[in-house]
Amino acid sequence: MKKPPVPLLQNGVRSDGRAPDQMRDVQIAVGVVSNADGSALVSYGLTTAVAAVYGPREMHPRHLSLPDRGVMRVRYHMAPFSTKDERKNPAPSRREIEISKVLREGLEPAVILEQYPRSRIDVFIEILQADGSTRVASLTAASLALADAGIYMRDLVIGVSVGLIDGVVALDLNGLEDQYGEGDMPVGYMPNLKKFTLLQLDGAWDYSKFTEALNLAIRGAEYIYQKARDALKNKYMSIAEEIYGR
Amino acid sequence: MYFVTPRQLIFPGDVIATADSKVEGPVYLDNGRYRSMVVGLVEFREDVVVIVPLEGVYKPKKGDVVVGYVTDVLATGWEVDVKSFMSAYLPLGEALHRHIDIETTPLTTFLNIGDVVVAKVKDVDLTDEYPIILTLKEERVGKVERGSVVEIAPVKIPRVIGKKGTMLNNLLELGCDIAVGQNGRVWIRCKNPQDEVFLASLIKKIEAESHVMGLTDRVKAEIENYKRLRQQSDV
Repeated sequence: MKKPPVPLLQNGVRSDGRAPDQMRDVQIAVGVVSNADGSALVSYGLTTAVAAVYGPREMHPRHLSLPDRGVMRVRYHMAPFSTKDERKNPAPSRREIEISKVLREGLEPAVILEQYPRSRIDVFIEILQADGSTRVASLTAASLALADAGIYMRDLVIGVSVGLIDGVVALDLNGLEDQYGEGDMPVGYMPNLKKFTLLQLDGAWDYSKFTEALNLAIRGAEYIYQKARDALKNKYMSIAEEIYGR
Repeated sequence: MYFVTPRQLIFPGDVIATADSKVEGPVYLDNGRYRSMVVGLVEFREDVVVIVPLEGVYKPKKGDVVVGYVTDVLATGWEVDVKSFMSAYLPLGEALHRHIDIETTPLTTFLNIGDVVVAKVKDVDLTDEYPIILTLKEERVGKVERGSVVEIAPVKIPRVIGKKGTMLNNLLELGCDIAVGQNGRVWIRCKNPQDEVFLASLIKKIEAESHVMGLTDRVKAEIENYKRLRQQSDV
């Protein structure tokens, strides 16, 4: 394995100064794309994802629609300027097509598609800046955008990544740790229902490390979930105040 | 047992009440508990708790009044656009009171593409090719001959009507005909076309400023002001 340019972990401090169980700064805004029915912007540190939701609307061409439920289409895409060194080719890559499918499957357990038969919901996710954990930031952004569009959902889905760096379980990997770490585990979690919608893992993990990482992911997701609630509240509080007074 | 308080803002997945409670709106049952499906507000009414969604497209309900555009003329009825994610169908038998012979009379003599109808939702069946069935065989519905249609977000429609109809009563003071469609379209018809333009701008204002306090009073003041100006110009 290639050696990282800087040590990933030194005296229990990570390369960006965080403790192993610490999240990067989480910023969330809802309703950022006014053309869309719902939208959200989520950043974990430098990683920034924008999600826009259109629909539900009638499916065209009609033969692609399902008679008993709606169809959700997800497109994950990285902007050409999102990466640090080489410009990313804007054409959808194999990796992006795969992540689109993974994200759709991570969202489908939460969205009540049976309520929208013969129609479709389009979710567009654009990575503006990539520094590790882009798929989990996208997952949070997409679920918030769906909630903002008023689409029926069982719960919000919060994405968070955990990984193994120098044998230590760490929360929310950045680009460097993603590239040089020993393992990486993106998780999608529904905090109210306490259920997982996405669980991927690469690298070689001990079973004990895996359970430790899963528990850390839940803690991280609950922290992000509070931020997500506050972001939604910010958008709607003014309406609530107006209808009922202060 | 309820886990929410009046006026509370709730999010998808939040627990509202136990299964033996009365809850209405977009909620689902999970392990004997009602949970919300949307971002919404909790309203306590007499013996029921209602979840009012804050965003969303128009979801048709039986008995809703809707304003629609005819988009296609079919063999025995019309396809109507009601701004929903499902298509609506107006069958011939629900459009006319008398029987006609479709062999000799083309359907376009009654309704053609582009015509506007104020209709009532007769039935919603999600398994049907046209899930929304409309009817014109009710009071205060039918084909629209004159006037204009104002489009706003469907979730803002309750603001146009107001609490116990206060806002709508304000708007009616101009002496115009108003049909509020639950699908986010409002049909208006005034004797004077200028009144119609003013009324349309007022409805747009209600949509835009629905989050600012004291909207009903401001709209009332604007109507008074407009009426005064109109009287002056008449003299």
